[in-house]
Amino acid sequence: MSTETAALRLTPRQVTRRRRAAAAQRTWRQFRVNRAGMFGLVLLSFFVLVAVFAPLLADADGLQVTKATGEVLEAPSAAYPLGTDDTGRSVLTLLIWGSRISLFVGLFATAISMVIGTLMGLASGFFEGWSGRILFRLTEWFLVIPFLPLAIVLASVLGRSLLNIAIVIGVTSWPGTAFLIRSQTLSIKERPYLERARVLGAGRWHQMSRHILPNVMPMVFANTTLTVAVAIIAETTLSFLGLGDPTRVSWGSMLDDAFSVGAMTTGAWWFIVPPGVCVVLVVLAFTLVGQALEEIFNPRLRGAR
Amino acid sequence: MTTTVVSTPTAQPLTRRPSYAKYVGAKVVGAIGSLFFVLVVNFFLFRVMPGDPARTLGRGRFKTTEQLEAFRHTYGLDQSLFQQFLTFLQNTFTGQLGISLRYRVPVSDLIRDRFWPTLLLVGTSTILAILFGVWIGVRAAWNRGGFFDKVSTGSTLTLYSMPEWWLGLLLIATLAVGVGPIPGIFPTGGLHSTDVDPGSLAGVLDTAWHLFLPVVTLTLAYLADYSLVMRSSLLDELGEDYLTTARAKGLRDLAVRRHHAVRNALLPTTTISAVNMGFVVSGAITVETVFSIPGLGLLSSEALAIPDYWVLQGTFLIASGGVIVANLLANLLYGLLDPRVRT
Repeated sequence: MSTETAALRLTPRQVTRRRRAAAAQRTWRQFRVNRAGMFGLVLLSFFVLVAVFAPLLADADGLQVTKATGEVLEAPSAAYPLGTDDTGRSVLTLLIWGSRISLFVGLFATAISMVIGTLMGLASGFFEGWSGRILFRLTEWFLVIPFLPLAIVLASVLGRSLLNIAIVIGVTSWPGTAFLIRSQTLSIKERPYLERARVLGAGRWHQMSRHILPNVMPMVFANTTLTVAVAIIAETTLSFLGLGDPTRVSWGSMLDDAFSVGAMTTGAWWFIVPPGVCVVLVVLAFTLVGQALEEIFNPRLRGAR
Repeated sequence: MTTTVVSTPTAQPLTRRPSYAKYVGAKVVGAIGSLFFVLVVNFFLFRVMPGDPARTLGRGRFKTTEQLEAFRHTYGLDQSLFQQFLTFLQNTFTGQLGISLRYRVPVSDLIRDRFWPTLLLVGTSTILAILFGVWIGVRAAWNRGGFFDKVSTGSTLTLYSMPEWWLGLLLIATLAVGVGPIPGIFPTGGLHSTDVDPGSLAGVLDTAWHLFLPVVTLTLAYLADYSLVMRSSLLDELGEDYLTTARAKGLRDLAVRRHHAVRNALLPTTTISAVNMGFVVSGAITVETVFSIPGLGLLSSEALAIPDYWVLQGTFLIASGGVIVANLLANLLYGLLDPRVRT
């Protein structure tokens, strides 16, 4: 009897932790069954591993134009499996190292977007009256600003850098997340346990961070994955237009070089096709994983698919 | 996947008739607010510039201090920030958008000249994308899990994950330049051939020939979103009770589909076409750059080089204004089609 009661005496934090672990396990079990999601996850892991182990897979010297050893725009051969670029560097090396920039900028931009979007979504959903309405209006207004013209303007005013790219992507993509979080917040706000918390004296901050936010997190996670997909395409596009750092190689900057040097007309397909294929695969991977997570966390979607 | 600004429909008591006029009024007021916000953003973006704005904006055009001061006065750069903003508003509404540093002509002239190619390109692609995208989405959803569904969903997902300009590069490399022994059949860029009069019939065909690849590129890029949204909204619709009733009544499959399910499932497509405008603008910029189409998009990306600040300010305004107008039109259309939304 006494050992039973001793075993049951858990702090609220421990109870929460156990419940969250159990929920995570359930989510994983549901995710495993989704074939598209698993395919995306495998693909994603492959690219993340390539990015992380880039120094082991390709020599960093291969990025330096001064140390280029190949001929200009050489076709693929045994020495250069994907040929060379317009300065004689191996395209495969550029591809491997470029994955770091493309993935990193995409993730960083998504982080900015998610932080702003979640805060704005929580606040505009939670606060009643005119403050909530103003925040909602602000979200609507930011949704209107087209991302590429803004990026071009910011690059012309602030200069070209990867940080500016990340900022632009973050600043233009947060409204989507904010709307989603807002509608989730609105529905969770009405739930009975939140009313009880209010009656017990829970302050606004406590309600938002301890009750609403943890319930909103699953959808946030799914949305984050989809946002990364958008961010990576955006980074590739911005680098293609030359808004990125000219000293850093990313898949977009490779395509910019290919375009400027006229690789399409000279038939240097090895310079045009591989970077694009990598972008498509990574974005597809994130999209599939994100959609699978959305299906799991949004019960409304589950039946219809 | 994509988010909408249109309010979700709520159940209305039968006694109250929502007024379309009031809905229109509310949406127009909202659009004006957005436009004002864009103007404020546009104004402040260019005042963030380091250095003396007069020198940067009037770069290389003035020989004497008097000329520089005269320029400063015309554009109100010697006044307080609030005064400058009022001058900016006044200038914008009278069409004085500055002088291009590169072309030495008024920005409004440049915009006027470049507007039509962009409209032609984007307009054609959007219409085709809606037609094909909706058709594909409907067919995929109706026979869910079938061969067409699997192939089309896989392809549209891949198209959705692709930067549209990369597809353009591939099309140029294969269809315009030719692969191996097969020659290219389309031009690699530009809008008109130099030896053909654009107004004549031959000129029109020539323009169409030049626009073929860009339109294909943009259509494929846009239709991915339409077909995926159409498919999911039709799948949602298929679970509704009224369709079970329709089938139980003995209506033929095709009739049920066309007259009932699709009509209702089309509603999200209207909102998507508005929300897509941001993407439409970006697509125009990148595809025009890749194919060297002399439209507003190419103007924007070229203006980066100098940078041509007045042009950038003007194109940013046009792009944002276009998105606002498109959003407004889509909201009005949606309010017309779905009375539940009019609060």
